[in-house]
Amino acid sequence: MSVDKSTTLSEAVAEHVRDGQIVAIEGFGHLVPVAAAHEIIRQGFRDLTLARMTGDVLIDQLLASDCLKGVIGSFVGNSSAGSLHELRRRVENSDPAPLDLEEYSHGGMVCRYLAGASKLPFYPINSYRGSDLVALNGRIRSVTDPYGGEEIHVVPALNPDVTIIHAQRADRAGNIQAWGILGVQAEAAFAARKVIVTVEEIVDDAVIRSDPNRTIVPSHAVDAVVHCPRGAHPHSVQGYYDRDDGFSRRWSELARDPRRLRDWLQANIRGTRDHGEYIARLGPDYWDRLEVEAALSVPVNYGGRK
Amino acid sequence: MNVTKLPDQLEPSPARLPGRRTEPLPPEATSSELLTTLSARALEGKHVVFAGHGLPTLAVSLAQRTVSPDVEIIYESGVTGAQPADLPRSISDSVLVTGAAGVLPMAQLFNFVLQGQRVDVGFLGAAQVDKFGSLNSSLIGKDWGSPVTKLPGSGGAIEAMAGAGEVFVVMRRHNPRSLVEELDFCTTPGPRRAAAGRGGVMPAGLGVTTVITDLGIMTRRGIDEELVLTAVHPGVEVDAVRAATGWDLQVSENLVTTVPPTGRELALLRDVLDPERVYLR
Repeated sequence: MSVDKSTTLSEAVAEHVRDGQIVAIEGFGHLVPVAAAHEIIRQGFRDLTLARMTGDVLIDQLLASDCLKGVIGSFVGNSSAGSLHELRRRVENSDPAPLDLEEYSHGGMVCRYLAGASKLPFYPINSYRGSDLVALNGRIRSVTDPYGGEEIHVVPALNPDVTIIHAQRADRAGNIQAWGILGVQAEAAFAARKVIVTVEEIVDDAVIRSDPNRTIVPSHAVDAVVHCPRGAHPHSVQGYYDRDDGFSRRWSELARDPRRLRDWLQANIRGTRDHGEYIARLGPDYWDRLEVEAALSVPVNYGGRK
Repeated sequence: MNVTKLPDQLEPSPARLPGRRTEPLPPEATSSELLTTLSARALEGKHVVFAGHGLPTLAVSLAQRTVSPDVEIIYESGVTGAQPADLPRSISDSVLVTGAAGVLPMAQLFNFVLQGQRVDVGFLGAAQVDKFGSLNSSLIGKDWGSPVTKLPGSGGAIEAMAGAGEVFVVMRRHNPRSLVEELDFCTTPGPRRAAAGRGGVMPAGLGVTTVITDLGIMTRRGIDEELVLTAVHPGVEVDAVRAATGWDLQVSENLVTTVPPTGRELALLRDVLDPERVYLR
């Protein structure tokens, strides 16, 4: 019998997250563990450094909740809907406080996680020569190629204290299956000391074993698996629900006003017991609008010896 | 959603955001429609195209339905060979995945495809471009620690410039604040800027070869060549383009006037690809 790693979101976050840690929350505009970020806000963690390639509304929400002292990333914007105003206030005017923003490119972030997952000290990358990012971010350095080549830039390993990702399904042991846009979930998970995974569905072990190539993170790299339907809203989950562009557009408007932003967080995040209540408050009609049509793959044949 | 129909058979999508288009569109192309059409035409004959955030997403969709039906589009989200049945609202839209040829994790996309030099054209946007085709998408202002405007940042632009054979840039507004003598911040260096840099590897390709703006088209080829005005849009005076450029813009001896969108291109953009004006704002 394998270990049952399934737990609740509040227990998983309470057990593994601590003030001052580096917490990676990954998912490239898809499978983003937004519900888990909301639980970090509810539990009131402080001085976290968020590692995230593509910063989005959850950065504004974590910042306005005073959970973060820093962000490590390579893009900060609200998808195609506009700006992250809370982030911009802090970076542009230190309002209400400055933000330590450590910037890379997407390729640089990928290499940082790859080094972290592989327990390498750093990772070489071809693409920073001539970029002002090298002057802005002193952690982008260069070394001499010991095999006779020239100098090459390197980025340091990123080993988050906790990585949180979201996926379509898992078994109770924590074998994680995901499809659609995949981002750096596997690299970020293997790079971390502790891994929390929220999933749309907990499925029987036999479902996972019917399609083992679909597993992106195996049980041994996962510490907690949480059943968390609609846990990526307002982002999409392939085959489960669509992106909520209306929410993203409204966010960019709302977040222009720091007071309204904080009122929203108070009412909708701190004012809800858990993600289940957040979903229930929006109501079934709201979720109906984000339904997607089925588009099934043809099953593959794994075979078996006769 | 119907993935079995050919693009030309697709009916216009029902508007899901009623009321966003408040005024009827003019019969002639709007600025964003012209930009998108010219961007799409520039992709003729290209095989593997990397699409960044914004207008490039729409331009490659149009190219796929017009000049380059066989083009393989690789989105920054790792989706390859996408043939979306509906307009992707960003490069990470799940509609890109349904019916696509493949989805690559980020490590494969950035290390194998971009750094691995598999891409012919990288198609990018930027807030500022200089005369040698270096790009700024990080910040506006001279004080990096306290910028006037914080922009989204590199995303994958640095890797696209370093690894692609050439880069096209589309800019909605041609003015001295966006076409600049000196970038406020060089996020994404072209080969000339990289050559002046130290401690790393030179870009593999030509850097920016084509910049398409709302006034015209500028091109360059060699590392030390400046962007030269090679086309203006109908009704645009050369002096107006020079006045709107932050450096002393050179003009090609063979300057041409761009051809506005055809009826078919315009119909595809307005009725099929972006009826909700997500990108055609």
